[in-house]
Amino acid sequence: MQKRLLFDSPLLKVTISRLCQQLIEVHGDFSQSVIIGMQPRGIYLAERIKEELESLVAKDIHLGYLDTTFHRDDFRRRDEPITPSQTKIPFLIENKNVILVDDVLFTGRTVRAALDAMNTFGRPAKVELLVLIDRLYSRHIPVEANYVGRKVNTIQSQKVLVELDEKQKEDHIWLITKEE
Amino acid sequence: MSQLKTKHLLGIKNLDREDIELIFQTAANFKEVINRPIKKVPSLRDVTVANVFFENSTRTKLSFELAEKRLSADVINFSASGSSVKKGETLLDTVNNILAMKVDMVVMRHSSPGAPHFLAKHIDANIINAGDGTHEHPTQALLDSFSIQETCGQVEGKKVVIVGDILHSRVALSNIFALQTLGAEVMVCGPATLLPKHIRELGVKVETDIKKALEWCDVANILRIQLERQQMKYFPSLREYSNYFGVNKQLLDSLKKEITIMHPGPINRGVEITSDVADSDHSIILQQVENGVAIRMAVLYLLAGVT
Repeated sequence: MQKRLLFDSPLLKVTISRLCQQLIEVHGDFSQSVIIGMQPRGIYLAERIKEELESLVAKDIHLGYLDTTFHRDDFRRRDEPITPSQTKIPFLIENKNVILVDDVLFTGRTVRAALDAMNTFGRPAKVELLVLIDRLYSRHIPVEANYVGRKVNTIQSQKVLVELDEKQKEDHIWLITKEE
Repeated sequence: MSQLKTKHLLGIKNLDREDIELIFQTAANFKEVINRPIKKVPSLRDVTVANVFFENSTRTKLSFELAEKRLSADVINFSASGSSVKKGETLLDTVNNILAMKVDMVVMRHSSPGAPHFLAKHIDANIINAGDGTHEHPTQALLDSFSIQETCGQVEGKKVVIVGDILHSRVALSNIFALQTLGAEVMVCGPATLLPKHIRELGVKVETDIKKALEWCDVANILRIQLERQQMKYFPSLREYSNYFGVNKQLLDSLKKEITIMHPGPINRGVEITSDVADSDHSIILQQVENGVAIRMAVLYLLAGVT
């Protein structure tokens, strides 16, 4: 098994602050915008982005968690069902600009499920997608991200392993290649 | 990732603690779903569920139907009255005919204990027991324990008394299994004529004095007196039952502590429980009904996912 390091803590910090600057360019003071982290792993990235944005715009930003398990299109088609996580969106998304946040964009199917799940909370004015890693040429459906941390060329059998550290000191994101 | 170890929900007896906890965890997620502005998810959109009720039911049938619809399943309803059962069709024939219409899951209530177990041996669809005679009513027990967990924080170590007609109650038996699996202490309380002879062998405490039982417990689950199942008189009159075993405000006020009151419904107000208790802050009866939909969604979802 080969491991290639895509992000460590210092690089991740730089990337997150770049993404936040890009977000501010579009969303201004965030009075009409909300962040929704996708369960299970997108929420940690979403929390960091919220924290960074709050220090930049000096105001509270709404953050929600969205679980897509019940909206997936592979239920009863995979070997085991996925255990659902908590959905917590304690604000209205009607007419808001929603920024969906996830760690890795791969086939795009989870994003499709998220768009579907989000409909049950109202009709947002606009939805954007932010991902840390964009795995190029792997999409099963036409979904692209508006904000990307890093684009990576991968093949189907490779995996991206995201290890985010609570103290933000030992973050590692790996590209894992299994040997034939 | 996890899934149930069984393809059917025939009784609590066939579940272990891990299964029950998985159902609770999934139900908590579905409870969030049914409190959304739009209460529907598309998980079971390619699944057809038949609700086959050979015995009357209001709450359970509505609750299952709502759970199925909130999961986007296609639903067909069958009740024995007004059907070919009256013309002499057997249970297996009836269900096989329903399955020939490409049904994936069967929710069944039947007056004979073991009817769903019999079906499970003969057909492929997932079977959910919605009550089989005086035997088990697993989804009721699950929602009862789930409600206890929600109200008291956990089920483990809690003292629960089941009051009333234990002899004819499938809710009592399923509750005993579920509560014990989750680590609660269980007591049954009622007139000696309505307590099964060897009930102690299940490891439950037995009490015939309602006051002592309520003093002992944290949660009291008060059952309905099932007059329709009683072929003979087990107690002299409803009035006498209500005098000796009815839970009223005066009795609760005389306790040195506050307890949680549950009832699986339908309530005979003024018989096993008075209105002031049923409608009080200690009562979680309506919460049980709400949780019933979430628990049934979880069971349907998890069983549909068993491959």
